[in-house]
Amino acid sequence: MPVNSIHWFRKGLRLHDNPALLEAIKGSDTLRCVYFLDPWFAGASNRGVNRWRFLLQCLEDLDSSLRKLNSRLFVIRGQPANIFPRLFKEWKVSRLTFECDSEPFGKERDAAIKKLASEAGVEVIGKISHTLYDLDRIVEQNGGQPPLTYKRFQTLVSGMEPPEPPLEPLTRELMGNCVTPVSENHREKYGVPLLDELGFDTETLPPTVWPGGESEALMRLERHLGPESSTAWQENFERPKMNSSPLLASPLGLSPYLRFGCLSCRLFYYKLTELYKKVKKNGSPSISLYDKLLWREFFYTAASNNPRFDRMEGNPICIRIPWDRNPEALAKWAEAKTGFPWIDAIMTQLRQEGWIHHLARHAVACFLTRGDLWISWEEGMKVFEELLLDADWSVNAGSWLCHSCSSFFQQFFHCYCPVGFGRRIDPNGDFIRRYLPVLQDFPAKFIYDPWNAPDDVQRAAKCVIGVDYPKPMVNHAEASRLNIERMRQIYQQLSRYRGLSLLATVPSNHMEVVGVNETQGAAAPPTRRRTRSGTSSHRVRREHPGSNGAKHHSARHRHTLSHRTSPYTTQSDLSDHAHEFAVPQQPGRLIWPVGGGTGKREREAEHNGCHGDDGPSSSS
Amino acid sequence: MCESEEGAPSGGRTRNIGARAPAEATPINSESTPASLRHRMKRGQKRDDKVEEGGGSVSGPGPGAPEVCKRLRRADSEEQQQEDGEVDWGQLPEEILLQIFQYLPLLDRAFASQVCRGWNQAFHMPELWRCFEFELNQPASSYLKATHPDLIKQIIKRHSNHLQYVSFKVDSSTESAEAACDILSQLVNCSLKTLGLISTARPSFMELPKSHFISALTVVFVNSKSLSSLKIDDTPVDDPSLKVLVANNSDTLKLLKMSSCPHVSPAGILCVADQCHGLRELALNYHLLSDDLLLALSSERHVHLEHLRIDVVSENPGQQFHSIKKSSWDAMVRHSPKFNLVMYFFLYEDEFGPFFRDEVPVTHLYFGRSVSKEVLGRVGLTCPRLVELVVCANGLRPLDEELIRIAERCKQLSAIGLGECEVSCSAFVEFVKMCGGRLSQLSIMEEVLVPDNKYGLDDIHWEVSKHLGRVWFPDMMPTW
Repeated sequence: MPVNSIHWFRKGLRLHDNPALLEAIKGSDTLRCVYFLDPWFAGASNRGVNRWRFLLQCLEDLDSSLRKLNSRLFVIRGQPANIFPRLFKEWKVSRLTFECDSEPFGKERDAAIKKLASEAGVEVIGKISHTLYDLDRIVEQNGGQPPLTYKRFQTLVSGMEPPEPPLEPLTRELMGNCVTPVSENHREKYGVPLLDELGFDTETLPPTVWPGGESEALMRLERHLGPESSTAWQENFERPKMNSSPLLASPLGLSPYLRFGCLSCRLFYYKLTELYKKVKKNGSPSISLYDKLLWREFFYTAASNNPRFDRMEGNPICIRIPWDRNPEALAKWAEAKTGFPWIDAIMTQLRQEGWIHHLARHAVACFLTRGDLWISWEEGMKVFEELLLDADWSVNAGSWLCHSCSSFFQQFFHCYCPVGFGRRIDPNGDFIRRYLPVLQDFPAKFIYDPWNAPDDVQRAAKCVIGVDYPKPMVNHAEASRLNIERMRQIYQQLSRYRGLSLLATVPSNHMEVVGVNETQGAAAPPTRRRTRSGTSSHRVRREHPGSNGAKHHSARHRHTLSHRTSPYTTQSDLSDHAHEFAVPQQPGRLIWPVGGGTGKREREAEHNGCHGDDGPSSSS
Repeated sequence: MCESEEGAPSGGRTRNIGARAPAEATPINSESTPASLRHRMKRGQKRDDKVEEGGGSVSGPGPGAPEVCKRLRRADSEEQQQEDGEVDWGQLPEEILLQIFQYLPLLDRAFASQVCRGWNQAFHMPELWRCFEFELNQPASSYLKATHPDLIKQIIKRHSNHLQYVSFKVDSSTESAEAACDILSQLVNCSLKTLGLISTARPSFMELPKSHFISALTVVFVNSKSLSSLKIDDTPVDDPSLKVLVANNSDTLKLLKMSSCPHVSPAGILCVADQCHGLRELALNYHLLSDDLLLALSSERHVHLEHLRIDVVSENPGQQFHSIKKSSWDAMVRHSPKFNLVMYFFLYEDEFGPFFRDEVPVTHLYFGRSVSKEVLGRVGLTCPRLVELVVCANGLRPLDEELIRIAERCKQLSAIGLGECEVSCSAFVEFVKMCGGRLSQLSIMEEVLVPDNKYGLDDIHWEVSKHLGRVWFPDMMPTW
């Protein structure tokens, strides 16, 4: 019986470090690599032209690499579930391989295909290679729940084995006797389509800033260790500086390649280690050096079992915020017409090139949501999904949850100023001039707030605000005042903290750090959940200055009492701050995200009279 | 697919309930319910669908009645057939029922009310209607659902005299603000203790005709007579309406929040302070703050003030602000030594001229926009009572000396948050060392800390943790 394999490409558009692909050729007589241009996937995600162009370039590159192995890529139009059964028969398939998808919808799709395959007697092999780690294991290590803070995630990961080293790429030698039957009319039937064949208008297309494909990705990666290694060092290992971050697309940038899997994250991980050793000579890098990769991993983990990760409603980790519904304001933001040059320049860069710097992401995301417009992060996420090359479902939604302070316990007190933030990064405004030529002639003094420029300055710059460029759509001072207050109220309701403080209302990061108090021999806060696991962050040293132990103990104790704001605890100690707005709490109301409301205590609060918080309700 | 599940059908369902049995089955908005409850609701509805499909009668209990209730009802009708059927749930004493109902969300109470006459009566017990939050949202301007109009009608008809703690959550549409005023003006026979008008998005009360808003609000002022807490931020309330408030509620008023009410004058708020001697909490904008107001609040007849919140907001760049005499603040502190003074600054850098020149008893200080290094230096000199400091942004110069001075002089400081600022790692460690374990909240964006020859970013978390006596990390934003 001949063995005929199909390798199904989805993400993971590469020949290097592709364990599932290597499984496909093991002892097999034929190999066919397929990619579905899947209307379900494509239609639902509504990607913009830049993403389509990137994808098609990836497929072209994959096809040309396969040609070198006497093979071809089979691009199939249609839905996998409809077409696989026919392929199984037609090609007498005995094995199907693919890279595992960690995302809920991907898992659902794969389960359906697995079922189809087993009905057709086809063996299915899935391998994890889109993420560094087996995400299920991380979740398992965390007691069955994905970690809710990045620090916690770091701690878990640092206690695990390092990621597996990347596998060798598929070569002719490895192919051995395995062949790909290619028909005469392959181009017609299975060729990679052109952009205009898919109905995109290619006339007005801006030049490619990010060329797709595995070859490009590997070239970029090589540059990291070549003559540009010092820049690579800066971009990868040094923390973003507020005042000198590169806002423009870098020839070293890799995020879109990781998203489409043109580059293996494990290969990148080990190249980073190599780079570190090359520059630092001795010592091995601490886990924080892999931050960029780990944030991605963190979001994949958080989303892995949460099909509503990209929504507010029904998403157990998302705080419900009464966002405004305002299509006009949303359109102004998406189309770079806010009247804030910093915001508009970023959105223009995003639309033209498909990528923006992460500080720029913070800026526009904050502006749309909790900073100025008070519009739902879901709307922003959809715009990014269309425009941003590296916007993977999990990572995109996760970042927006973070930026809008809807989850992962971000501080909400700090709104990026749409004027001051950009000015700090790029005082001269060159970035704005590049993307908004209409403001080109404004002096640096006014380029971030051109509406404040006197009339003669505006005339001299040949740009009158309100005529040639829009006036600012909001008063930032007023909007941020209102929004901060709303966030404060929302967080106070969540934590049942009734104090004045802006800071104490957010559960802080260290609440989730594991095992630290125990290892230091001090009493652990009594209400903490999940304080098991012996893994202590490698960044946390275990010894503790003995002489100060007692004092610190008491300080810690006070801390846990007066600021018990972790969502895993009920806020019951109200004596200090029982003052705010007088409405009795409704008994038995659940606290986000897990319950445990002590009805009795709350009823006591009602009986002793007045001061509750702003927003309990009987209708909830 | 998920949207349709969440949206239209359930909305249609609730309307249906309302139409079928308006008095018993109470439609309420599902949006404000916690996630777990919503799931329960959905399950309930699904179950109900099955019942209808199977031709079972649903005339008695309404749609979605919890399984438990159905089982009970069956037990009721089939009498002794159940083994442990001695407990007749229908005969529970009212007090116990009340206890149970208090723990149930309104929706579950509504379901339960359809079980039997006794439970239905319990549903309407006044104790369960003291507290209500009206959520007024329009589909065009909000993602959230609104309190059902039938429910509002029912409350006004049957329970308005029971209401004591009422709040209105209103979205950014004028229609919603109007709807809130309509309800307010019908609350003629109730005595509210608490009233809150809360804008959940862009403040919409401001868009109403002032007279319309005032007449609705004064209905409550005149009828209630015992208002204790009033939250009317971002509304067009004015001096004459405050006079009405004072005339009717001066003995009971304890809390008044009215930030950003542009139609109130310093004289208007002074009138409140002069006559409401029980006032313990007050929130207003800086333009209403005057020496006279502080003196009135520190008069002998006045109780100790607990909280005073002042928002200092710039309407347009370069605005001039008045200053408050040190002697007035001193009088306040003498009268209410423990009072909290919370100040939010939303100013341009060049508008800070009059602030932090003399000692000010501020306890919580929030700089919502850029604030200069110089002003932060003055904070260290003039704010000895400072407990919490939040700086969203300052210029490009590191805040080293300023922080150290604050650590030195502000002995109460226990919480600090820094956003777009810069501090050298050494100075930050020094700051933490000086404050030590009393720093219970330390929220610093990672980018704030500038590595120097003494500490890198990897050492600093340990160094700071050591001085705090607990594990600490800087705040991080995704670098993706």
